[in-house]
Amino acid sequence: MQYSDKVLDHFMNPRNMGEIEDATTSGTVGNPVCGDIMKMDLKIVDNIIVDAKFKTFGCGSAIATSSMATELIIGKTTDEALDLTNRAVAEALDGLPAVKMHCSVLAEQAVKKALETYYIREGLMTSERAKKFAILGQCEHDENYEHCGCSEE
Amino acid sequence: MNIIFEERMRESASRPRIYFDHAATTSPRPEVLDVVIRTLQDDFGNPSSFYQEGHRASWLLEDARARIAACLQVQPEEIFFTSCGTESDNWAIKGAAYARQSRGRHLITTTFEHHAVLHSMEALERDGFEITYLDVDHLGILEPEKVREALRDDTILVSIMMANNEIGTIQPIKEIGAICREAGVLFHSDGVQALGAIPVYPNELNADMMSFSGHKLYAPKGIGLLFKRKGIRIDRLIDGGAQEKRQRGGTENVAFAAALAKALEMSLADMEHESKRQTALRDRLIHGVMERIPHTKLNGHVTKRLPNNANFSFEFIEGESILLFLDKFGYACSSGSACTSASLDPSHVLLAISLPAEIAHGSLRVTLGIETTDKDVDRFLIDLPLIVERLRDMSPLYSDFKRGELQPLIPPEGSLDLAIDGGYGWRS
Repeated sequence: MQYSDKVLDHFMNPRNMGEIEDATTSGTVGNPVCGDIMKMDLKIVDNIIVDAKFKTFGCGSAIATSSMATELIIGKTTDEALDLTNRAVAEALDGLPAVKMHCSVLAEQAVKKALETYYIREGLMTSERAKKFAILGQCEHDENYEHCGCSEE
Repeated sequence: MNIIFEERMRESASRPRIYFDHAATTSPRPEVLDVVIRTLQDDFGNPSSFYQEGHRASWLLEDARARIAACLQVQPEEIFFTSCGTESDNWAIKGAAYARQSRGRHLITTTFEHHAVLHSMEALERDGFEITYLDVDHLGILEPEKVREALRDDTILVSIMMANNEIGTIQPIKEIGAICREAGVLFHSDGVQALGAIPVYPNELNADMMSFSGHKLYAPKGIGLLFKRKGIRIDRLIDGGAQEKRQRGGTENVAFAAALAKALEMSLADMEHESKRQTALRDRLIHGVMERIPHTKLNGHVTKRLPNNANFSFEFIEGESILLFLDKFGYACSSGSACTSASLDPSHVLLAISLPAEIAHGSLRVTLGIETTDKDVDRFLIDLPLIVERLRDMSPLYSDFKRGELQPLIPPEGSLDLAIDGGYGWRS
């Protein structure tokens, strides 16, 4: 298994790593038992994501996908960010090894978790938007593995 | 960002690489490579052929067998050449089980064996055999009395490894062997990691069968050994010609057999000096890491371990990301993290010593070798703390801990023999 140069670059030189003191919203997904946790802080002004920062416990691709996800959503409206898919994150990194695709799912989930909190708190959750949060209920590993139990409460 | 970290990472390209993964494989010694090339060039004959080239190859093969037998203090006819340690384990376990199934269908092993043993056992289980998997303690040692307690009237084989490949713990094989002998049960031990590193004499260890591999002791990959005590009959694994006394088909790998004999002789000649030297390096590495990096746990037993093995868990971070940075900084190491194994589970060995998964994910194995120097360890002790610090700075678990929201599982001062009870309780 080998990572693309872009994955390694985002791992070695992560963009937007850290925390936002006065974040508008934030989302944490994953589970230490499964070996990855991602925390995404967003600063939202007039429905535009003006800043995003992450902290990630996990493997190289988990860190790289977090970094890439922040790059892809900064400057976007919240609704545009809601359309960010894990495949788009993986493609922006010139692909991920098959066994690592779940890391990109985690990145999509982290962004959505933060946005879900934001929409609900601001009273902006519509039935149209609610449909786009289905991925939050899924285990990020489902795509490649048997159910691992990490989304069980 | 830490300036020293950035500087060390930049400079690493101009530094020589350091190979710290000798438990995975070793680089063949020049003298051993010389034997390989000379044998392939000058003595390419098939040992089964009925002319001078064949006789000569046959002589070289039997010479290698006799020299290996002398190294192990056993009889040449008790040494069988195989392709690797995995084949030896498969043959010993499956061969013994099928040959003895009329006497019983129960086998005993441990939960932290190499996959060559565990998956052979699982294959037997699918075929109706019953396997008892014994637990090791939190330091990775099996209490011999547990074997006695697990023995039954229908037990036909016990298989316990001599030294663990991940955490390096050395088992009380002699005592376990004595218990099996007393009960009249066949005893096999995987000695792949032990041979060449510590004394291995199957007769002294009361072992009936032992598996070994060439490439762990500076011989090439593609050659293994099975020691099988005279008079013990097991079924064939590889059917074919009449090679290896009709017990293992396939044209013999004469060049690699000769190379293995050479490598083993050289390892034994060096062993007293090398084991002292590597043990000193290992202990300096272990204590250096523990002093410099808070919340670090040594995995395995502090003294009952291979001279070249160190295995740590660093809390709050994940193993694959440690390996990636180490690789960038010029080091080849290994981890028991799930992410390096293409499965969701962290290493079965680390789980077998009762590490919670969140701690097992953050493990690092460093295994030294004959070319490792003091300077290598010094350099590593500069770089590893920087890498761990960098990854902790990225970790949300570490932020939680810093804010007092997460109780650490490993104390700040670290531990050489910690038993961890439970995890973070993330799911509750």
